[in-house]
Amino acid sequence: MPVSERNSKLVYDALLAAGVEVISALPETWLVHLIRLADDDPGMILVRLAKEEEGVGVSAGAHLAGRRAAMLMQNHGLLQSVNGIVSLAQLYHIPLLMLISDRGHLGEPDPWQTQGGKATRPVLDALGIVTDELTDPASVHVQVARAMTLAQASLSPVALLLTRELMWEAA
Amino acid sequence: MKRIDCLAAIYDQLTECAVVTIMGAVAVELYSLGHRPNFFYLEHAMGLASSMGLGIALSQPDRKVVVIDGDGSVLMNLGGLTTLARYAPPNLTQIVFDNESLLSVGGFPTATGTGTDLAGIARAAGIPGARTVTGQDEFTAAAKAAIDADELACVVAKVEAVGPASFHMDLHLLENRFEFQRALRS
Repeated sequence: MPVSERNSKLVYDALLAAGVEVISALPETWLVHLIRLADDDPGMILVRLAKEEEGVGVSAGAHLAGRRAAMLMQNHGLLQSVNGIVSLAQLYHIPLLMLISDRGHLGEPDPWQTQGGKATRPVLDALGIVTDELTDPASVHVQVARAMTLAQASLSPVALLLTRELMWEAA
Repeated sequence: MKRIDCLAAIYDQLTECAVVTIMGAVAVELYSLGHRPNFFYLEHAMGLASSMGLGIALSQPDRKVVVIDGDGSVLMNLGGLTTLARYAPPNLTQIVFDNESLLSVGGFPTATGTGTDLAGIARAAGIPGARTVTGQDEFTAAAKAAIDADELACVVAKVEAVGPASFHMDLHLLENRFEFQRALRS
């Protein structure tokens, strides 16, 4: 599979280094290795969701209970979660680290991903969510660490887009 | 059966629990019985009270978590029942007050009024002990047993569609949020 195992491991290790103890996730192609890493880690609480918005609730509960959490989802999962993000995470000042696979952007071959790809950045902007793109493996660790620091300090959602450059390897 | 009487019947048992309620009549009525720092009233995000309860229960396995839900909210997050069942934290109890209506926004009927069986859905989702209760004594016994039990439990209580005269609570949602966090982390 051309999804990068090496870079998935890099992202997972960066989440661990940022103190993440709870991951809620809904799978998609680009996230398979990341979710498997969480599943194989006995120290990680992995919650496999039926629908992404649940993950906002799980993350909020974990935060109030004193554990750092992250969400793993496709950009369509972000679109699915918008009400929870606004009316729980933002309304209640919850630090919510979201790792979002950046489907439908440059290089996307699947027609069904392209409309969501066009909506992702405008929706994040409209919500006032600070967003960064993970593209270079060399800077993944520091970007994840900084995103977590900002989420915790601002008590707000922060989005990291998992880009094609990082997640996909030429076969 | 009235929701306020049900809440009064289990109020003393909630002292040591993390309690997450939905907004509206459920929140106001529990608040009216006497607020405690371990009570969190989710004033929006319908459907996510149970997901929050799951996050708390998995994060703090030694603390009992009681989610006080409603039919309208559960109907907005039916998939969440399957997630609860999948992880089945033994320290989580979900109580659903089913008045067959969206009372706080004018009383519009929900699907439970035309036959949808939430306890049946919960059982089919994988919470085998989920049950519906219709009488006060039956509720009190079932809810107390559920909170005492060392397993995921779901009690659906059929209640009248009546609520408080006012929905005002003298507690800002952020004040509630930070005191609840402090209570959970202490």
